[in-house]
This record gives sequence, structure tokens and C-alpha cells, in this order.
Amino acid sequence: MMHQKSVLRVVSKLLIPPILLFALYVQFHGDFGPGGGFQAGVIFAAAFILYGLIFGIANARRTVPASATRTMLALGVLLYAGTGVWTMLLGGEFLDYNYLASTPIAGQHLGILLVELGVGITVAGAMMSIFYTFAAQTLDGDEDIEEEV
Amino acid sequence: MIIISLLFFMTATAISMLWLRDLFAVVMLSGIYSLFAAVIYMVMDAVDVAFTEAAVGAGISTVLMLGTLALTKSKEKVHKKIAYGPLALVLITGGILVYGTLDMPHYGDANAPIHSHVASRYIEKSGLEVGVPNIVTSVLASYRGYDTLGETAVVFTAAIGVLVIIGRRKKKRKKTGAVNDGGDIA
Repeated sequence: MMHQKSVLRVVSKLLIPPILLFALYVQFHGDFGPGGGFQAGVIFAAAFILYGLIFGIANARRTVPASATRTMLALGVLLYAGTGVWTMLLGGEFLDYNYLASTPIAGQHLGILLVELGVGITVAGAMMSIFYTFAAQTLDGDEDIEEEV
Repeated sequence: MIIISLLFFMTATAISMLWLRDLFAVVMLSGIYSLFAAVIYMVMDAVDVAFTEAAVGAGISTVLMLGTLALTKSKEKVHKKIAYGPLALVLITGGILVYGTLDMPHYGDANAPIHSHVASRYIEKSGLEVGVPNIVTSVLASYRGYDTLGETAVVFTAAIGVLVIIGRRKKKRKKTGAVNDGGDIA
């Protein structure tokens, strides 16, 4: 069934790498242009969701296992809150990025980068986890899927 | 003029979503509705919001709705009786909301509360204090870092909620003989 949709397969194969690259651009260029962690996370997840839709959920799970998306989910929040705790350990208040580097501006840059990365990781993990969960409901009879849920 | 025609198309999309019984078409139209909303944000110079609306509203939520559609039927059940109680409730709530918008400041009003409170300070000082060209990013990640931490926690909680409610591990029928409802959380 999936093998017959050659147009979709070829087009998605061409599109997925630029989508991932664009997600990284939006993530790390959010300080200068529109975008940031939330949008980047969604675009990053969209690339894997597109892969899952075209090449099957089992292949998508082999690329990014469900356990990895759940780890990402927690990791992002930990990175965000951890940045806040780190600034406290350095003598500032919670999420006061001025203490992260030698000058306040450099500290703000580093802090925003870390925090946006945390948001991006959590959002990407959340979107992929939700997609996997919905997809697993549809393919209930498949033994391979049930093993990994 | 652009905004009026966009709002007209949004209204037309919303009304056709109400009339259609084919849920697949409704999901597609809701994606189109989100795209119109994104274009309106774009016209209003809210690039970041437009970006999010296009990615989440038109992209991810359409896919998730299609995933839900695969679990249910794709035709809406037709109810012939008109439920007057809910209709009255919806009309009253909608009327109150429209009445509430009458008090809102006009679009682009320089004296609107959002422009006179802290916005001018962000515009004047964020370049010196945070040094990031995109003021939206500096407000979001630095000045309002607590709020964004809360939002990230909300996204986290939402995904955990989905995993807890429908992500349960199904016990295999071959081994246990019956599906265990209280299966551990996947």
C-alpha cells in the first residue's frame, strides 16, 4: 500500500531534511528573527510526523523511539528550570541570566539560548509523544507497536 | 480592506464547518481557518504569533484531528430535535462576549492599556538590558521567563495527560486472557 505512493515518498524525502534544518534555524535564530523554541519544536516534530505518516509509524518509532520522546518531554522542562537553579547557585535570583557569564549581555544571550532550547525540546517531545499515542490507538492490533508503547 | 476580506473568508469557513456533516472536510476547513488567522496576525505585524498559529493550528492540530478521525466515524450524527436550552446558553454567552468587545480599545490605539503600561520600557531598554534584536524573544524568555517556564510546564502536563489517558499499555490477550483495564501507564 505504502509502496505505491511514490510521489508522496519522493517529495517527503526531499522535504524532511530542509524541514529539520529550518527547525534548527528557527530555534537558534529566534533572538534575531521571528520564531523561538515553541515554533522550532513544533516544526521539528512536524518533520518526524510527516515521516511517520508517509513511511509508517513503525519506521518512525525505529528512528525516534517513544521512550526518547518521553525523555525529551521531561528534559526540556528540566533544562529550563535547571537554568534558573544555576543562576541561583551563581548568586542571582531564579532565572536572572545576568550571572551566567562575565557580562550581563552575554549572560542574557546564554540564558535565552538555554531556555529556548528547553522549550523547543519539550514541545518537540510533547508533539511527537501525542502523535505516537494517537497512532498507536489506530494500529491497536499490531503487536510490534504494542511492545513499544 | 485586506483584513475585512480575510475576516469574511474566516466567517465563510466557520459557517461551512457548521453545515458540513463530513468530518474529514471539517478538519481540513479548520486547518484553512487557522491559516486565515495566521495571515491576519501577519497583516497585524505579529509575526511570531502568525508563525505559531500556522505551525500549531494549521499543521499539528490538523494531523491530530485526522488521527482522531481514524479512531471514530467520519460522518457526524444528525440530531433532528433542536435543543433549546444549549442554544439559549450559546446565544447569551456569545451576546455577552460581543458586548464585552465594545469596551475594547480600537486597533492601533496609542492610548490602549497594553501600549501605555510596560511596553514602552521594553522597547526602549531591552536593547541595552538584554541585547537581543527580537523584542518578542527578550520579553518571552527574559522579562517574562517565569511565565514561559509555566507555559513549558503546561505543554509537559498536556502531553503527560494524553499519555495517561489514552497511552496505556494494553495487556496482551494471548497471555492474560483478558484486557486489564488498570494496566500500567505507558
